[in-house]
Amino acid sequence: MVQSVAGVQGASVVSSLREGIVAAYRWMLLARVLDEKFASLYRAGKIHGGVYLGRGQEALSAAVGMSLRPGDVFAPLIRDGAGRLAFGETLVEAARTYLGSALGPMRGRDGNVHRGRPRDGYLPMLSHLGAMISVVNGMLLARRFKGVPQGVGAACIGEGATSTGAFHEALNQAAVERLPLVLVVADNQYAYSTHSSRQFACRSLVDRAVGYGVTGATLDGTDVAECLAVVGKAVRNARAGGGPQLVVARLLRLCGHGEHDDAGYINPALKQSELGRDCLAVAEERLRVDGWATDAELEAWHGESVGRVEAAVNSVQREPTPDPFQETWCALATPRLKDGFPAEPSAARAGTVAENPPVAAVSAVPAP
Amino acid sequence: MSITYLEAIREAQARALRDDPRVFIYGQDVGSFGGAFKATKNLAQEFPGRVIDAPISEDAMVGSAIGAAIEGMRPIIEMQFADFSTVGFNQIVNHAGAFHWRTGVPCPITIRLPSGGTTGSGPFHSQCLEGLYALYPGLVVMTPATVEDAYSMLLEAVAIDDPVIFCEHKYLYYHLKAEALPTEALPVGKARIARAGRDVTIVAYSAMVHEAIAVAEELAGEGTEVEVVDLRTVKPLDTDTVIASVARTGRLLCVSEAWPWGGVTAEVIARVATEGFGLLDAPPQRLNAKDTPVPFHPNLWTSHRPTARSICEAVRRLLQL
Repeated sequence: MVQSVAGVQGASVVSSLREGIVAAYRWMLLARVLDEKFASLYRAGKIHGGVYLGRGQEALSAAVGMSLRPGDVFAPLIRDGAGRLAFGETLVEAARTYLGSALGPMRGRDGNVHRGRPRDGYLPMLSHLGAMISVVNGMLLARRFKGVPQGVGAACIGEGATSTGAFHEALNQAAVERLPLVLVVADNQYAYSTHSSRQFACRSLVDRAVGYGVTGATLDGTDVAECLAVVGKAVRNARAGGGPQLVVARLLRLCGHGEHDDAGYINPALKQSELGRDCLAVAEERLRVDGWATDAELEAWHGESVGRVEAAVNSVQREPTPDPFQETWCALATPRLKDGFPAEPSAARAGTVAENPPVAAVSAVPAP
Repeated sequence: MSITYLEAIREAQARALRDDPRVFIYGQDVGSFGGAFKATKNLAQEFPGRVIDAPISEDAMVGSAIGAAIEGMRPIIEMQFADFSTVGFNQIVNHAGAFHWRTGVPCPITIRLPSGGTTGSGPFHSQCLEGLYALYPGLVVMTPATVEDAYSMLLEAVAIDDPVIFCEHKYLYYHLKAEALPTEALPVGKARIARAGRDVTIVAYSAMVHEAIAVAEELAGEGTEVEVVDLRTVKPLDTDTVIASVARTGRLLCVSEAWPWGGVTAEVIARVATEGFGLLDAPPQRLNAKDTPVPFHPNLWTSHRPTARSICEAVRRLLQL
């Protein structure tokens, strides 16, 4: 399901640094423009629920999405718009989930960042942090059982999720099974409003790698070249049988937790530090300084991104929203096992009988 | 030949592994050791690479089962005790239970919960959590009371395209025997009249079915005919069979080994009260374990959970109402 932007292919086939950075920049830019559109729709009251932006994390996220191939597994988190696009999500699909279109993969049953296509290896996240890592493990394990190419599984989390039991259980499990898992931690200094000093006491989260028996790497998340190099190497290591890889990126979230949050708690000194650099601006500056993109090209790319985002959102806004009268209201894949709660007090018995039709007295158990 | 409830569970898993290459078993000590209760005895040897020891990580066990299910596998997860499933609770209820609804992709996993009390087991090796899991949408909750059901329902649990919480009662593991494995079974979701009667209905499931039948036998000597309904699955709950029984008897006692707040007995009574109020000749009654952690000492434990004696007293009171 991996798509490409205007002739730009994924990083796995990129032969030069320039092409890699240009490709990453364009995914980052597209994601930033899409995020800004969602933020604007949110402020206009056109989005139900929250909006969560990836501002400041696009370089890391794009590097993850670009390092993966079709057939790999990707479990993004809330700030991975760039990685989702690079992995193959279309703008329309992203917009459908935010706008609650009945035609989207989640059909209005789940929204915003909770979107994916599990059978394409693109997992819809749970809000419970760290929960997706063991699911990636299970997909990789299953492929080992089936004897099919295992691919690589990438799971993205923030530093806050490293405090969970789910993180510990899953990373340990991946190490025990020596799975090709790449666990990418965006240490963006704040989990919602809580600074990382209240989250962990180790010098760097990458120091934990040795404790789990996995390979660790750390990188500057504001530098797209470093993101591509370090994440790309981790993915190659995992693919080559090197076992789980823990990648820790240092960066700063350049927005609130969600658009409802003004992030007034972020230390201004951090914003002025190296961590507070905007990875998109850094990448753009590099393209300019190195002469890898002209002002005209940069302008054209921006215009193209805006045009594509506007077209996608405009078309999705005309799509049907979910209809409660068409909804099955059945959580099970096996409708005959739906429990028969009466719908209306007055129609109690009729409702139950209709939903739980009489079943045959016995069914055969095939002889052992 | 005779076969125990535990052996039936082992045989069902062997059968599932034999018949379906998508099946594997994952849990603590399930491999060459054969499981804490020997429910997977020799299966690792018979099915190499498909019966796998897990680290003590219930959350990751269930999470990875979900991932494997996405890839088309049919994992069976053995929780060493039902009580420990709460460590994997988030993955079970929020992830597996919601998965098909959210994504349209089925999540066929079977989670075996060795449930219920045995003497000396204490607060953390005795729990009955079927009501907790039944509360959440998207889960099927099975509570087999017989050797035959333990076998046939576990096979169905593996075959069903949804997450199944399979509550197998530890007290029945060795105490319950049948002559042979079943060749036919009631469909999942259908309750069973375990004993017919016309004076009072006892609705029960799992080990409490046998306590209820003992009561029915005792009261039969006094001329009271007790009908015992074995729910078999608590979700879906076969309201029709329960109401049909209450229509015959006019009196209802619902019995469970689980704690009293909410749960299966409250659900049964709520449904009978809302859908079959006019069929009742007396207020519907329920009997549960006491609202404390499960005690260790046998003197306390036998008073904590319903027994044939306490059920019998409850039936006698109900007949006076």
